[in-house]
Amino acid sequence: MSYTVRKFDAVIVGAGGAGLRAAIQLSEAGLKTAVLSKVFPTRSHTVAAQGGVAASLGNSEEDHWHWHMYDTVKGSDWLGDQDAIEFMCRKANEVVVELEHYGMPFDRLDNGKIYQRPFGGHMSNFGEKPVRRSCAAADRTGHAMLHAMYQRNVKANTQFFVEWQALDLIRDEEGDVQGVTAMDMETGDVVAFHARATLFATGGAGRIFHSSTNAFINTGDGLGMAARAGIPLEDMEFWQFHPTGVAGAGVLITEGVRGEGGILRNSAGERFMERYAPNAKDLASRDVVSRAMVTEINEGRGCGHNKDYVLLDITHLDPGTIMKRLPGIREIGLQFAGVDCIKEPLPVVPTCHYQMGGIPTNYHGQVVVHDQVINGFYAAGECACASVHGANRLGTNSLLDLLVFGKSAGETAVADLQQGRAHKPLHTASIDKTLARLDRLNTQKGGANVHEARLAMQRTMQKHAGVFRFDNLLKEGVAEILKVSEDVARTEIKDKSQVFNTARVEALELDNLIEVATATMISAEARKESRGAHVRDDAHDTAETPNGRDDKNWLKHTLWYREGNRLEYKPVQMKPLSVETIELKKRAY
Amino acid sequence: MNAAAESAIDPRLGRLRWHCRRALLELDLVFQRFWDKVGDDLDIETADALERLLALEDHDLWYLVSGREETDDPQLQPLLYRLRQL
Ligand SMILES: Cc1cc2nc3c(=O)[nH]c(=O)nc-3n(C[C@H](O)[C@H](O)[C@H](O)COP(=O)(O)OP(=O)(O)OC[C@H]3O[C@@H](n4cnc5c(N)ncnc54)[C@H](O)[C@@H]3O)c2cc1C
Repeated sequence: MSYTVRKFDAVIVGAGGAGLRAAIQLSEAGLKTAVLSKVFPTRSHTVAAQGGVAASLGNSEEDHWHWHMYDTVKGSDWLGDQDAIEFMCRKANEVVVELEHYGMPFDRLDNGKIYQRPFGGHMSNFGEKPVRRSCAAADRTGHAMLHAMYQRNVKANTQFFVEWQALDLIRDEEGDVQGVTAMDMETGDVVAFHARATLFATGGAGRIFHSSTNAFINTGDGLGMAARAGIPLEDMEFWQFHPTGVAGAGVLITEGVRGEGGILRNSAGERFMERYAPNAKDLASRDVVSRAMVTEINEGRGCGHNKDYVLLDITHLDPGTIMKRLPGIREIGLQFAGVDCIKEPLPVVPTCHYQMGGIPTNYHGQVVVHDQVINGFYAAGECACASVHGANRLGTNSLLDLLVFGKSAGETAVADLQQGRAHKPLHTASIDKTLARLDRLNTQKGGANVHEARLAMQRTMQKHAGVFRFDNLLKEGVAEILKVSEDVARTEIKDKSQVFNTARVEALELDNLIEVATATMISAEARKESRGAHVRDDAHDTAETPNGRDDKNWLKHTLWYREGNRLEYKPVQMKPLSVETIELKKRAY
Repeated sequence: MNAAAESAIDPRLGRLRWHCRRALLELDLVFQRFWDKVGDDLDIETADALERLLALEDHDLWYLVSGREETDDPQLQPLLYRLRQL
């Protein structure tokens, strides 16, 4: 198999929010920049984001970046790095206003300023009361964001490679990154993109779980590529679950449904949240509701043939209210549960929603391993771990993350290139590895079926590393996932054609998913505490370990290395850039 | 499907399949059901209609597929009807 080489100053993999924001920085600095994407840029998963982007603009009431910072540190259950969190919250206004200048049609107040709405976990005055901090563009925030930034890139002459799948990092013996190998889906041709700067913005990997709110495209390709090139993945045990995904489909049912009076019920019809959260009931925070639901199911009070979901009931609401206040919910119920929610309750389960971990970076967007910068390699967005979300992300903070760290990774790359970093001689041995991987897939006989292997992985993750984690299940899960990974190493595709061979694309995606799944299971098994989204039943709430969080032993980031499934740890950065440390406290709302 | 149709459709199939990868899970799921049902057996009219639908933005497409909005375009109606029944 052969390949050709193309030279650029910078190559960005990913054209979602993070990739597009970074590309603006590089192209506008006059650097020759290639952006690769599996799909047309404005079909990236960022489109799905509706809630908005956080910034303490204070347009409707007083707000301050320091309050936002406090909320983010607390939300992260103190696993977030306080330097990066301060950086993000201080930069929020700047990047949102910039986006406005790029043409983003934000909702507005009568006085013309950006309209802001409240969102879970965002408070004023260091946790006192909810504050209006989220900026949105109707129910199409992510979509409008991508459009504005795509247009800006077109003007700046960014060169897009649409329907190209990046396959592997090109990394030399000194550990420097020189670009990526990629396949043109239309022809099956392989090209080595030889670059002075390589930036990953490949999004999340929510498809490792069986039940996920993520679109099929979220296969963690950037994480798989980094892991294969010897770069560790950080904090992969932390995944946010949304309480209400449609059972069997995953489609998200917004929190607004419970906000309008929706009630969760078990098989006996009982409003079980009254037992778990007597005050907030169905409106308790995401993790509390998710855990209550899983407890009901585990104790045999789930609904349906397999007793594996609970019900979200809005039949007591006025149909007019449902249609007016909760548009789209009825269609989702009809399409994916075969249920008309005006007459019957909806089957729901806690569903994987967001990946907090990723490729380790600093707040400049450089990829770092134990403070050591990997030359030529940058990452931003959901694939990266700066770490601002720590053990749990606040809603609307990830669109902010894309903008702030997309921009800062781009700026750092520009500065590094302007200092004169040259193309190093192309490390062809890395490229040979990619070719061997493709060759293996093309010639495999009697191998494993891609669809079946993926399903086995997803079921294993769901059962062994779901919302609520148990020591024995995690231990079994490690063995199971390693077994699945053996199958993934010998997948076989029947269709060997070159043109838009979706079977090949999916097999290559599975190579990445399995790295993320393995990292998750191994990191989760090892962390013997509860923190944020990682909740173990054997971690107890005591004075020294509030909510099961063990700061004495576990206030540290996990680093998983693919080679030998080795784990290392690194300290959490507790020192912000300019303000005082936000001291450890029990996380309670 | 006859031979003539096959040669006309075949090169498009892979591309159409890939273009069904969307930003919204809702659409991914509907199109997954669609392909599970039709396999490689797609007539030219359906392929043409599908191509036009797939050129829409994701939210607009979902509004049509879910029935929240209607179209009076006679070329798209039969396919939309099928997608809604899946
Ligand atoms: C239903 C839903 C609602 C959400 N709502 C909100 C919200 O209201 N507010 C908020 O802050 N967050 C929200 N989030 C989270 C947020 O949308 C995501 O974290 C964010 O959009 C990720 O952006 P990204 O730029 O990192 O990646 P993405 O937008 O996922 O883009 C990834 C890009 O990488 C490309 N790519 C991937 N692999 C390859 C490869 N191998 N080769 C070439 N290209 C590749 C893809 O084509 C794509 O262009 C929501 C998430 C979901 C699932």
